[in-house]
Amino acid sequence: MNSMHTSQTKTYSVAIIGSGGSGVVTTGQIMLKAIANAGFYGLMSRSSGPQIRGGESAAMLRIGKDPVTCLDDRFDILMAFDWLNSDRFNDEIPLGPNSTIIRDPDAGDIPQELLDSGAAVIDAPLTALSKEIKQGRVNMAGLGFISDLMGIPKEAIQGAVEDTLRRKGPEVTQAAQSCIEAGYHATKTDSTIEKLPAIDNPNPRWNISGNEASGLGAVRGGVRFVAAYPITPASEILEWLAPNLEKVGGSLLQAEDELASVNMIIGGSFGGVPSLTATSGPGLSLMMEGLGLAVTSETPIVVSNVMRGGPSTGIPTKSEQSDLNIALYGFHGDAPHLVLGALDIQDCCFTTQWAVQLTEELQTVAIVLSDQSQGQARAVIDPPPEATAAGVRITAPADSEDYLRYSVTDSGVSPMAIPGTPGGIYTADGLEHNPKGTPSSMAGDHQVQLDKRLRKIVDYNYQDDWAVTRGEGENVIVTWGSSSGASFEAAERLTANGHPTKAVALRLLAPLQIDRLLAQLNGAKRIVVVEQNHSAQFFQYLHANQVLPGEARSLARPGPLPIRPSDIVTFMMEDF
Amino acid sequence: MTCQPPVTPLKAKDYKSQIKPVWCPGCGHFSILSAVTKALAHLALSKEQTALISGIGCSSRLPAYTDVYGFHGVHGRALAVASGLKAARPDLTVLVAGGDGDGFSIGGNHFMHACRRNMDMTYIVMDNEVYGMTKGQASPTTAPDWTQSKLTPHGTGVPSFNPAAIALATGASFVARGFSGDPKTLTQLLVEAIQHKGFSFVQVLSPCTTFRPEQKNWKHEVHDFSGEPTQNSAQAAHNIHVDGGMGVGIIYQAEHPVWEPTPSATHTVDDLNMGFSL
Ligand SMILES: Cc1ncc(C[n+]2csc(CCOP(=O)(O)OP(=O)(O)O)c2C)c(N)n1
Ligand code: SF4
Repeated sequence: MNSMHTSQTKTYSVAIIGSGGSGVVTTGQIMLKAIANAGFYGLMSRSSGPQIRGGESAAMLRIGKDPVTCLDDRFDILMAFDWLNSDRFNDEIPLGPNSTIIRDPDAGDIPQELLDSGAAVIDAPLTALSKEIKQGRVNMAGLGFISDLMGIPKEAIQGAVEDTLRRKGPEVTQAAQSCIEAGYHATKTDSTIEKLPAIDNPNPRWNISGNEASGLGAVRGGVRFVAAYPITPASEILEWLAPNLEKVGGSLLQAEDELASVNMIIGGSFGGVPSLTATSGPGLSLMMEGLGLAVTSETPIVVSNVMRGGPSTGIPTKSEQSDLNIALYGFHGDAPHLVLGALDIQDCCFTTQWAVQLTEELQTVAIVLSDQSQGQARAVIDPPPEATAAGVRITAPADSEDYLRYSVTDSGVSPMAIPGTPGGIYTADGLEHNPKGTPSSMAGDHQVQLDKRLRKIVDYNYQDDWAVTRGEGENVIVTWGSSSGASFEAAERLTANGHPTKAVALRLLAPLQIDRLLAQLNGAKRIVVVEQNHSAQFFQYLHANQVLPGEARSLARPGPLPIRPSDIVTFMMEDF
Repeated sequence: MTCQPPVTPLKAKDYKSQIKPVWCPGCGHFSILSAVTKALAHLALSKEQTALISGIGCSSRLPAYTDVYGFHGVHGRALAVASGLKAARPDLTVLVAGGDGDGFSIGGNHFMHACRRNMDMTYIVMDNEVYGMTKGQASPTTAPDWTQSKLTPHGTGVPSFNPAAIALATGASFVARGFSGDPKTLTQLLVEAIQHKGFSFVQVLSPCTTFRPEQKNWKHEVHDFSGEPTQNSAQAAHNIHVDGGMGVGIIYQAEHPVWEPTPSATHTVDDLNMGFSL
């Protein structure tokens, strides 16, 4: 198979696996910090078994001189602390003849399936090395060992250890640093592992997870009230917001369930405070009635939905892009609203901030779709750009005469009186109403209010933020959300190999920017729609809106395996 | 924004809106509307600093008939909307109103947790032991042998829910019962409830003349609550069970910890940005 790697985007992919308690995730996090200290960008996604605590886990890193937004086709290095249940990760950690497996001879034999990949093997006496050190840990010896092989400067790794373990006290830090030292200087057999180059004058960068980025985006957008019901893989958004919202004068309330959380944020927003909640598929299902209430009562709210495998309880700890349909169509009645998709970890911040700004400005509902693969992954990124929509709620001034909450305006947005405003008293209603807000079942009122609620979101100018487009060419990949990184990379590889390809990643999924998308598709010879779900939800949505020609093809695959650049390249090439 | 009494004192009718209620003639809910507006006038609450939140049902129509900020949400979720509002806007006086179906059946979980959370708000349940709006089905407070609903022709066969006992058991710090047919006492109870710091629960017996015409007899059945108001929850529980459900008055009032947000506003958003910088 031709994976067509371009040389200018040289990256380094490392997977670390081990059973519960072996410290895989900490090792990955320290490594990510270390490569950041050395001036690189990187991505670390994680995978774990179904155990609540202590199950086997994998940390998967990709490191580069430029920002990294998806995992690669293959891993250059696999380091295992043990092989118990390692087979769970066979599909997630593809190896090839150019890969190297680092194994501890004291931890047993490498499973045959991995050796069949043709990967080279390097022995690392991690157990022996760590035994020499008081409170020594195998994972830290491994970290030293691999850092030397990869050419990560020792100061970078020791600094990262210090930073990560400081709160555990000087003894633990000291022991870890001694193990790293031992691993770093241990004798090693020859390896083909390429060393990281030195980076001069690195850019200012951040170390952040997708869920933290969503939380920060919310605060940047002005959110000061959050109601929360925990759910994997969204809880980290809420847990980051709990202390940080308070610091900027906001508050978070833990709800009894998602029926409550969505209605609580409706209450907060009715009170004039921009409000948000975060959840995942099961919670979003419970919220639908409340979301319809927010649409009809024109109360701005944002729901950040971090997708996992569905339906039902599905696969809570793993990623899938399968909540597009419920986000688009889950409401009863005609309920125009916004659906946005964050394109990568950095974009979780921008898109959430933008969603808050848009809902405030348009007095509507936004569902922001992220997923486990970016929410619970961590990356070294450029500082996220600020979203720049006006983002200001139009409120009613005090003592307006004959105030009408749902007055019919050209834009469809009506000034909203915030409790406390004299002369603005009204009752918000989920019953269809007349411009004053009084319940009405008259055909005329229904028509006028439906028109207004639709008009305000379809007539709005979303500027260039509706999508991110990279490359030019007669081949076009159309995608959204976390499939964007692999799509951009696939387009780059195809272009570099003489098949000019453009990738269009939609950030604004509803209202669909039909004319803008058609302009991007103009002249395309081949169109492939890429998404991570079983029923090609995005492909069907685009077809329903008549933006795709009959020949457009769908690359839709359910989670939890990520869609890799080579999957897209291969699929595209089938048609050449 | 603090609650300052307005310069010219407002009368009860100033708290009423121009909208004519959709309620049936003789419905108990009319008197509750009057008592609410009288209590607001008595306390001289600023109209724009007061919010009345409801769910769905005949009773939940209340907000639009008053002249304070209102939110008429979906069935069963009034307490959630109100809790979010109060958390985001602690300066407002928050009242919540609805029916027994809205509050105890579809909204039962929120009822328990609102009592536990003990946020400073007043919850008025207009209890007619029936689903009025959907034309006469049994509610959680309906007696098990009531056979007049097409949905449960043999009666529900399920013991009825005891709102005061549940409120007490789940942590409400003010529990009272009123009767729409005794608006004077009801107004006083509402005044006390609104003034109480914490979650105040007022169950108001409110006849549904259309689907429970026999409730016209309630005026002969209600009586002063047989126990004294107490801050001893075991005593209150005992009193509730001895009383039998038709006693009017304050049942329990005590100081419990009140859930309040604790914003500190010590940082800027840029400080949070910098937390991620290498
Ligand atoms: C989710 C949902 N389920 C069912 C209904 C139908 N419904 C409307 S009001 C109501 C019950 C109202 O009874 P109650 O709360 O006791 O108030 P009342 O009308 O008696 O004052 C029901 C079941 C609804 N509106 N929404
Ligand atoms: S149906 Fe019953 S509760 Fe509803 S308005 Fe009529 S009398 Fe009142």
